[in-house]
Amino acid sequence: MWLRFEPRTEPSRTMRYLSPVLAVLLMLLFGLFLFKALGKNPMEGFQVFFMKPLKDSYGISELLLKATPLMMCAVGLSVGFRANIWNIGAEGQLLIGALAGGWVALRFDTTGSPLLLPAMVLAGALGGMLWAAIPAFLRTRFNANEILTSLMLVYIAQLMVSWLVHGPWKDPDGFNFPQTKLFDQAAMLPILKEGTRLNASFLIGLGALAVGWLFMNRSFLGYQMKVAGQAENASRYAGFSAKRTVWIGMLAGGCMAGIAGLSEIAGPMGQITEHISPGYGFAAMIVAFLGRLNPVGIFFSSLLMSLLYLGGEQAQQYMNLPSSISKVFQGLLLFFLLGSDVFVYFRPRFGKKK
Amino acid sequence: MEQSLFTSILFATIVAGTPLIITALGELVTEKSGVLNLGAEGVMSVGAIVAFAVTHHTQNAFYGVLAGMGAGMLMSLLFAILALTLMANLVAAGLALSIFGVGLSAFIGKPYESIALASQVPVRIPGLASIPYLGPALFEQQALVYFSWIMLGLVAWFLYRTRTGLTLRAVGESPVSAHDIGHPVLRYRYLATLYGGAMAGIGGAFMSVFYTPMWVEGMIAGRGWISLALVVFATWRPLRVMVGAYLFGGAMIAQMFLQGSGLQLSIPAQFLSSIPYAATIVVLVLISRNLKTIRLNSPASLGQPFLPDA
Repeated sequence: MWLRFEPRTEPSRTMRYLSPVLAVLLMLLFGLFLFKALGKNPMEGFQVFFMKPLKDSYGISELLLKATPLMMCAVGLSVGFRANIWNIGAEGQLLIGALAGGWVALRFDTTGSPLLLPAMVLAGALGGMLWAAIPAFLRTRFNANEILTSLMLVYIAQLMVSWLVHGPWKDPDGFNFPQTKLFDQAAMLPILKEGTRLNASFLIGLGALAVGWLFMNRSFLGYQMKVAGQAENASRYAGFSAKRTVWIGMLAGGCMAGIAGLSEIAGPMGQITEHISPGYGFAAMIVAFLGRLNPVGIFFSSLLMSLLYLGGEQAQQYMNLPSSISKVFQGLLLFFLLGSDVFVYFRPRFGKKK
Repeated sequence: MEQSLFTSILFATIVAGTPLIITALGELVTEKSGVLNLGAEGVMSVGAIVAFAVTHHTQNAFYGVLAGMGAGMLMSLLFAILALTLMANLVAAGLALSIFGVGLSAFIGKPYESIALASQVPVRIPGLASIPYLGPALFEQQALVYFSWIMLGLVAWFLYRTRTGLTLRAVGESPVSAHDIGHPVLRYRYLATLYGGAMAGIGGAFMSVFYTPMWVEGMIAGRGWISLALVVFATWRPLRVMVGAYLFGGAMIAQMFLQGSGLQLSIPAQFLSSIPYAATIVVLVLISRNLKTIRLNSPASLGQPFLPDA
């Protein structure tokens, strides 16, 4: 073979950080071809998709707004991913968090209690954790694969949302639309900048990144999670509890996804509908990988992923393309990232082996 | 039970189980070679929309199914290049395939959303179809239902009665030994992965061309994932895949019959729709709680990378 991959003795640090950049460049390049193949002007497509969303400060605020649930979910998931705990059901945990927080809002939003917002955030976190606890329990108690169980719970969560907004929680004055009543102003997260939709959840997101960084890099528990992921046997010999690793990994993801869900309904939505999340829980997995499971990286990759969402909306509006083009770009990005990662562990060698 | 109700329940169960059998039989062979491909959901989605579009344009379901199969193979080729040649993390690569496939199918499918295909005419097997009760349910089915039965036999025969099948299993159990005695491990894994993709593509095609027959974004609705669970449930044995698929098929149509039964149940539709997903979880728990069953039956190298020259 003219091209071979030779294992490196040690993973390349440089390539570890270069590979996401390479992946983004490949995605952009592929995007140009894609626009061309769709009969659009590639430069115009690039401009509309990647530049137009950022043209003014409102655009930037929308970018940060959409990046918020992504960074929250991603930082939570990365705790588990580091330990090879594959929670792929963040989308469901996000929905249940939204339901739990939303229930507090619907029930208490006119009481005038100063504890309303904290209670909502707490309920969101607990809801997400509850939903993540199911696969954690089934994994630790019955050895059931958390990938499949957490994913199945996404579908169940979606059906649960659908049932509540079509049934018991439907706004009686809502002309029969499947949605709850609008929350009272008291149950809405405070807006950070007048004239935009950017709200306090962005600060929660930044806080989560900081806590995530401290946990992963400065705590013994975080260290144990890392060892469990990189060297299972070493972790066992050291006596680190494998069950605890599963629980922490799952609950961290559920907690943050739940808060992300609450932030959506108490932020840009202001009520619960069937469309709480355009797949944030799934996109967050890409964010986590692209950010190298590192909170700083996750911050930047959540901005990029948010841009892909906004670009999709722009492409729909100005180029007559379905907004699902965002998801094509998201998937491509992950493909290119995984492909580029070969250089982290292997050295390309050209020519025949001697 | 009167004949018509029994027959129509059996008929609908078989129809609902068929895409699961086809997809799970593909994944079974892939996993037997040691490759865990979590992308079935994405491959089915792309297979479904490609088959739908081609059937719509050619007015020929056969071309549609072929195109769905081809699309499935292309998708799984992407996965194979990432996971086998570039040695990416299998779980991540499979997830990528699912995310990409579901997104791509939504993108391709947008213009086809309000189109309905003509229903495909079932194939009646003379003689057998006249058996009371069973005949109309079993032998007046869509061609792909018979295909799923034939594939079941072929896969079982291939895995357990042919030399190539034996080698494939050896590759899955111990790639290093298989490599040492001269078997091309990566070639087996590539082919097994492509076969899995082809079958998932056909499974998707069955959904959009025969089952509904129309295209709706997200119509695969977890069937790819359920197929993965089925392989575990079946402890990697072909015949049990079929049994499991029909059990799930039954769970999926339960809602239809409960709602149409006139029993005036006050169960919300969403609860009934969640039965297959809840059942998947229950089944996984039941089969996985016995660690020994899983260890004994799963291919020993499942999900582990293989470096030819390491």
